[in-house]
Amino acid sequence: MKTTMFRAALATLTATLAIAAAPVFAAGKVNVHLDDPHINLKDQASLQRGARNFVANCLNCHNAQFMRWGHLTQIGLTEDQIKASLMPNPDGKMSDYMTTTLDAKDAKAWFGGVPPDLTLVSRSRGSDWLYTFLRSFYVDPNSPTGWNNEVFPNVGMPHVLHDLQGSQVKAVVGEKEAHGKKEALTKLVVERQGTMSQIEYDNYVRDLVNYMTFMGEPARVKRTQLGVIVLLFLTFAFFAALIVKREYWKDVK
Amino acid sequence: MANTVKEPIAPPVSGPIGQVIVWVDARFPLMSLWKGHLAEYYAPKNFNFWYYFGSLAMLVLVMQIVTGIFLTMNYKPDAKYAFASVEYIMRDVHWGWLIRYMHSTGASMFFLVVYLHMMRGLMYGSDRKPRELIWIFGCLIYLTLMAEAFFGYLLPWGQMSYWGAQVIINLFAAVPFIGEDLAVWIRGDYNIGDATLNRFFAFHVIALPLVLLGLVAAHIMALHEVGSNNPDGVDIKKHIDPKTGTPKDGIPFHPYYTVKDVVGVVVFLALFSAIVFFAPEMGGYFLEKPNFVQADPLQTPAHIAPVWYFTPFYAMLRAVPSFFGSAFWGVAVMGAATLILFALPWLDRGKVRSIRYRGPIYKWFLGAFVVSFIILGYLGVVPTTVWGQIPNALPIIGGVDTATVVSRILTAVYFAFFLLMPWYTKIDKELPEPERVTY
Repeated sequence: MKTTMFRAALATLTATLAIAAAPVFAAGKVNVHLDDPHINLKDQASLQRGARNFVANCLNCHNAQFMRWGHLTQIGLTEDQIKASLMPNPDGKMSDYMTTTLDAKDAKAWFGGVPPDLTLVSRSRGSDWLYTFLRSFYVDPNSPTGWNNEVFPNVGMPHVLHDLQGSQVKAVVGEKEAHGKKEALTKLVVERQGTMSQIEYDNYVRDLVNYMTFMGEPARVKRTQLGVIVLLFLTFAFFAALIVKREYWKDVK
Repeated sequence: MANTVKEPIAPPVSGPIGQVIVWVDARFPLMSLWKGHLAEYYAPKNFNFWYYFGSLAMLVLVMQIVTGIFLTMNYKPDAKYAFASVEYIMRDVHWGWLIRYMHSTGASMFFLVVYLHMMRGLMYGSDRKPRELIWIFGCLIYLTLMAEAFFGYLLPWGQMSYWGAQVIINLFAAVPFIGEDLAVWIRGDYNIGDATLNRFFAFHVIALPLVLLGLVAAHIMALHEVGSNNPDGVDIKKHIDPKTGTPKDGIPFHPYYTVKDVVGVVVFLALFSAIVFFAPEMGGYFLEKPNFVQADPLQTPAHIAPVWYFTPFYAMLRAVPSFFGSAFWGVAVMGAATLILFALPWLDRGKVRSIRYRGPIYKWFLGAFVVSFIILGYLGVVPTTVWGQIPNALPIIGGVDTATVVSRILTAVYFAFFLLMPWYTKIDKELPEPERVTY
């Protein structure tokens, strides 16, 4: 009886988990395959390069208003290094937040909206999304900025990194069947090479996304490290508790 | 009590600690509480896997209160600062991230544990006479917990906090005649804003926890008055050992079930820690992705889904079509789905309590009920278009979203489990109960 109950419980649990495994927020309008940037939060060189890329490009318009400069010491930088090579304001303090110098009113006038805060964008959008988004801009003469994006159609942001990547265009490479209709199968192809090769550019964006993933949750490395210790302790505690329980229950007949 | 003379007790342990216990017991019912609820509370010896979830619910309640106290020390219930204060906790407060994840994971785990605890009740007839009041207190705890979770979910002031609250408060706005005024009264404003956040904070951190603690005390007092049910559903008080005057199949809760529950606690904590340390977002189920964006009243998220523990009821709400231009019917069905739980002890006409001796009909109905609850939970998370549309050629339901039709059928199954119960439990071919528990 005991085992049947347990099996029933297990089956229910498995069924629940199987349903839970289905993607919840897959229901986006855009159906683009997202590339995996292979995030590695222990690769401090990559994180530092990413921080540099972030400050040099993103921070010109976007805020990271919940992220303090001082927290960059967690990716192996010293306070002096942060001050000398990253902070736009040399008189700033380590406890200052990473904010842009772009005025919100100007941003509204120039881009039609205030660029969103990027502190948590790796958590709201996901690293895969960011990595693919930053590599999916293409030339679109119909858009106000002259740029469009595969992952985020009609995005307000122009392709800030086009010097590095060059410009891509959407080229028709064939046809596909969808819902009984023939649709053009398109692919982004580089029309004009930038100062970087495709691999160099992918690595540049990967470092950037790696950094943004760190910024979304600076405690993450510590969290997983501590988690291993906690689970090891609980494994030990489980056997200890089991021995005690068995000892007491010997006299229950 | 005050009129009866209390016998002085012998020191339970030697030394000064024993003396302190004697001193306290002369002034406070220390030993009688200890004995009545732990050392001489006789519980059936045949508890199985399903009997861990009561003590686990208690554990999660304590964890939520303790982590909640520490969160309150740094959280700011102000529409301007709430979102930033949560990030402050995550980044600048020592161990703040751990406390926050324990609290957010705790909310989901509370529901998981409570759902399994309720499932135990359904399987073994723990609601049946003489335990009807325990069941009713339990249902009240469940309702309070839902309110507590709803109020708490607004506090991080993310997009899903805001729009989720918007959806729920709009349910009240669907009440005929008084709906609009009712919604304004709940919000304290014409829109969800600072006033709403402040009152939700008050409800979440003081009002509802107080109610919850009171109900939990009543739940346990009622349980200890009549004694625990067990997987066989037979009464252990029918066979009293003449020598000791205690049930033959009963064992003192302490130490037997305290040491056993510790094993369950450790297993639970391992699962809990695995989530807290390795998947605190649980793939967007425990912490929804849009909630990492600050609430923006001008920007509706593409897809609003409540947190998983509400989704079975949310699916029912969406499944009910509006009649006579009112969406109130869906709200009524959703409300009825939670309130009908209260009637369970009186709907059940079976002679046996435990599923072990029930006939096949009850087993099928319970199975269908559980499956429909889980699938409804899934359908409440996803958009109604998830399974496409029924072909237009079909009469009546042609062109309707498949998921909506399935939700309607499953909602009917959910209610059939309760409403048909007086009939099917009566005609079901039950097996004879054993005289004593099987162990």
